[in-house]
Amino acid sequence: MTAVEETPAEEGERPIGYGRLLRKEDPRLIRGMGNFVDDIQLPGMLHLAILRSPVAHARIANIDTSAAQAHPKVVAVITGADLAEQGLAWMPTLSNDVQSVLATDKVRFQHQEVAFVVAEDRYSARDALELIDVEYDMLPVISDVRSALDADAPVIRDDLEGKADNHIFDWETGDEASTNEVFERADVVVSEEIIYPRVHPAPMETCACVAQVERVSGQLTLWSTTQAPHAHRTVYALVAGLPEHKIRIIAPDIGGGFGGKVPIYPGYVCAIVASLVIGKPVKWTEDRTENLVSTGFARDYIMKGEIAATSDGKILAVRTNVLADHGAFNGVASPIKYPAGFFGVFTGSYDLEAAHCKMTAVYTNKAPGGVAYACSFRITEAVYLIERIVDCLAFELDMDPAELRLKNFIKPEQFPYETKTGWVYDSGDYEPAMRKAMDMAGYAQLREEQAEKRERGELMGIGISFFTEAVGAGPRKDMDILGLGMADGCELRVHPTGKAIVRLSVKTQGQGHETTFAQIVAEELGIPPEDIDVIHGDTDNTPFGLGTYGSRSTPVSGAAAALVARKVRDKAQIIASGMLEASVADLEWVKGSFHVAGDPSKSVTIQDIAMRAHGAGDLPDGIEGGLEAQICYNPTNLTYPFGAYICVVDIDPATAEVKVRRFIAVDDCGTQINPMIIEGQVHGGLADGVGMALMEMIAFDEDGNCLSASLMDYLIPTSLECPDWETGHTVTPSPHHPIGAKGIGESATVGSPPAVVNAVVDALKPFGIRHADMPLTPSRVWETMQGNHTAPI
Amino acid sequence: MQVPAPFEYERASSVSEAIALRERLGEEARFVAGGHSLLPMMKLRLATPEYLIDINDCTELFYINEEAEEIRIGAMTRHRELLESELLAQHFPIFRDAEQVIADPVVRNRGTLGGSLCQADPSEDLSAVCAALDASCVIASTSGERVVPMGDFHVGPYETAVGPAEMLTEIRLPLRPNGSSAYHKVERRAGDWAVVSAGAAVWMTGDGAIADGRVGLAAVGPNTTNIEPVRQALQGSAPSEDLYEQVGAIAAEHCSPVTDQRGTAEYKTHLAKELTKRALRTAVARVTSTTNGAMTNGAG
Ligand SMILES: Cc1cc2nc3c(=O)[nH]c(=O)nc-3n(C[C@H](O)[C@H](O)[C@H](O)COP(=O)(O)OP(=O)(O)OC[C@H]3O[C@@H](n4cnc5c(N)ncnc54)[C@H](O)[C@@H]3O)c2cc1C
Repeated sequence: MTAVEETPAEEGERPIGYGRLLRKEDPRLIRGMGNFVDDIQLPGMLHLAILRSPVAHARIANIDTSAAQAHPKVVAVITGADLAEQGLAWMPTLSNDVQSVLATDKVRFQHQEVAFVVAEDRYSARDALELIDVEYDMLPVISDVRSALDADAPVIRDDLEGKADNHIFDWETGDEASTNEVFERADVVVSEEIIYPRVHPAPMETCACVAQVERVSGQLTLWSTTQAPHAHRTVYALVAGLPEHKIRIIAPDIGGGFGGKVPIYPGYVCAIVASLVIGKPVKWTEDRTENLVSTGFARDYIMKGEIAATSDGKILAVRTNVLADHGAFNGVASPIKYPAGFFGVFTGSYDLEAAHCKMTAVYTNKAPGGVAYACSFRITEAVYLIERIVDCLAFELDMDPAELRLKNFIKPEQFPYETKTGWVYDSGDYEPAMRKAMDMAGYAQLREEQAEKRERGELMGIGISFFTEAVGAGPRKDMDILGLGMADGCELRVHPTGKAIVRLSVKTQGQGHETTFAQIVAEELGIPPEDIDVIHGDTDNTPFGLGTYGSRSTPVSGAAAALVARKVRDKAQIIASGMLEASVADLEWVKGSFHVAGDPSKSVTIQDIAMRAHGAGDLPDGIEGGLEAQICYNPTNLTYPFGAYICVVDIDPATAEVKVRRFIAVDDCGTQINPMIIEGQVHGGLADGVGMALMEMIAFDEDGNCLSASLMDYLIPTSLECPDWETGHTVTPSPHHPIGAKGIGESATVGSPPAVVNAVVDALKPFGIRHADMPLTPSRVWETMQGNHTAPI
Repeated sequence: MQVPAPFEYERASSVSEAIALRERLGEEARFVAGGHSLLPMMKLRLATPEYLIDINDCTELFYINEEAEEIRIGAMTRHRELLESELLAQHFPIFRDAEQVIADPVVRNRGTLGGSLCQADPSEDLSAVCAALDASCVIASTSGERVVPMGDFHVGPYETAVGPAEMLTEIRLPLRPNGSSAYHKVERRAGDWAVVSAGAAVWMTGDGAIADGRVGLAAVGPNTTNIEPVRQALQGSAPSEDLYEQVGAIAAEHCSPVTDQRGTAEYKTHLAKELTKRALRTAVARVTSTTNGAMTNGAG
């Protein structure tokens, strides 16, 4: 790590609010004292294992469970037919489609859930799966998304009434006519098919739950790997018809989510049903293969991108036509009015005259999902498209890609800036971020080095990506998931001795909420962060809110935490006025205490006020005892973090192996709360980006078999593939966020893949190469060098 | 957690005990050495042995010894020992080259030479290493020992000459003067199995020609751990870029890789050639540098 200005921590003093602070959660996690779902043991607990389909598309002719039932340790074997009797064989997805919990009529993707076994221990449950005999009548498979809409394609979703094809939706944004008009008069038009292959979040902890239904009270407690406990509670209530106050969802420590733990998976529902039927607690823990083959994948977009510009490099318009593979069920988790997520920000960081996107989404015989892996609701795809196609334009114009970007940025005075697809970017100052990254990289020297190396036949590439994200969903007038608005509650309680508890609806999966949110409250109230406990992940003990994904925690719940602290401070000020016998208006707030204006000696600390609020003695008229508040924050807009990334790669000309030599990342997420945590988020995301760009892909063969069903086949990068990340930042606060903060959780995952790919393609410039698709394995790079680049899907 | 099918477990503390157990428990019993190939297969239920005979207590199988004419390595010697052995690095630098790119430290701490060879995975690296060095394998049973040259050890993918009531106990590497060796591998990511790898060993004459040389490839199909025409082409030739080019082409001709997630058959064939060239170039350079330093392999 290099060149990061250290933030505040005034001379020898620990920061009270913002600043670098070791994570409060780490002592427990580092010592192996975390509490994950699989750690939970309840008396009499049973274990559930799921039988999955070995084939991608087949009618279920018969299921014989008798041998499994006869296993001495098996308690129950349940099939789709059993669930159908209870009306539970199907469940809604987060995008208003339905998905089968257990297949009844046919299986629609390899590894789809077909039956489950509940047994006394995990081994017996798994062993008994081998004893279930299923007869499948094979059906033709749609594995190639490009053939999904062929006239003779088998209809995957014949469960949907009247469905005669594999079409899910068409979606459009921007203005087609004006975009076409700009394209017609442009000097230069470049088009390229740009593919973002299917990838998987592959969190360290797989999905799991423990369901406990109390037979008498009907109370369901579900310990579950969920990023959105409150949303899940409501969905379970709606689906299963359980009264919502009888459902408690607890998300304990979570070992990574990345969006993969937003949806409700059949396994959770199976465990609930099992506990309901059997009357004992039931645990389900997915194994690594199940996680890779059946839970929320990400991307799978084939994007035809086009860009129009003047011959001197003024970008005029972009348009794109996208074919989206949603798998066998439309399980996308994004605000319901946004079937393509926030893909609409594909216009990037550039001031354009026009833009248009057309998209078609289809069913295929692959696992469902669609928004996962730190994608910010499809912004990952959008940023990849624009940053790749801008580089294609630079190639055609023979222009430096940094210069081309600098020439076309939205200017600081244009903010708030409304894009041609209707997004209002809140704030931005792009050029300084870009210049800073170029300075850190030594951009000019790198280009010189590259020129010298090219003379010698060596392959070195410099790739740039400049991204703008739209995060923090979102304003409730526009955004909801299954009817639930995307506003977040927050509660703050200050105890008599001045220690505090803040309760959040969002749920960390490793992002450091227990530290960051304590710091937000600390900054507002002047109570040290170590005196503030953050409670989250338990629906009985936290206010309602939609959860942590799409980089929304700080933009939405972070705002809620600041505002609830201010509400408490307002009350504290009134109490202080009584204590100091001064009028409220005469009090001044200096972090942690109020004093009388002009007389700093007359002051009371927030701790003094807390004691008074709970203690004996009078409070000012009309003021109740206690020092606590509650709030529900409805954001007025999304926040728009941005960043400038530069990647340097070297390629072995003979073996085509790519080595990422350097990676410079300058991020602007507005106000920084804990720069160390921000860097951690960025480091993780950059590693993700290197992984996707160079090695990750969930691949299928033509029979729909998943070829990436283990970590031996689905590669994720190690530290050896990662250079020392060089991070930096600029700060452009969000004007509408109470503390000016924007999201950072996904910036690096979103922004880095195009930088790596652009670097590889740049290295291959001597071969006349303008584009190559991810994952850029040595084989694909070599084939590209031979002029034989093949699309990954 | 991926869970294996039920099995029973025995622990042997000597070679004779291990073989006796194997004889008694029959075909459904398997030895477990480092367990880094067998256990993953069991967890995926690709292997479902009824008995595991743990040979990690067979302390007599952990060694790297220098004898008059050969180096002998016990079958239970771990990757890590092979990586760190100065003796091996001095005589056969190919071992350290290969071990640096086999799996990761966790796997190398447990995985063994014997397990690697017996697993006979076509992508496994140490078979190519041992074949290049003209190794032979000592196979023990209740009726005694037999010595099988590396060329006969692998019967097919995942199949070896080790019979059902036999055990691999030792690998012998002949010491010959004026030689050196090298290994090159292309992998998609650190710790991944080879896309392709190539090992080469050469022995030089006093006047700088190649007296004998072998090339072994991994992950490019059957029968590539020792390519005989390569040997013929090397014998008696003076080392040169042209020779490497020619030999690389022969190596490429003799492999039959398949297209998979690791790469296309064309790419792998290309790598077979490129890595053969690199391995030969490095091995020859190493001989030259040690002879210049008046040190010859075998006399060290
Ligand atoms: C993540 C990962 C990455 C890997 N990457 C590589 C790589 O890049 N290159 C590579 O070459 N290898 C790689 N391996 C394999 C690793 O080297 C294994 O350790 C090795 O293949 C097997 O050695 P083992 O001692 O673990 O054998 P085990 O798994 O214990 O046994 C393997 C087989 O050999 C049999 N066996 C073991 N010892 C004997 C004996 N003495 N006599 C008879 N039969 C015996 C067993 O019964 C079993 O059938 C990797 C493994 C993992 C888990």
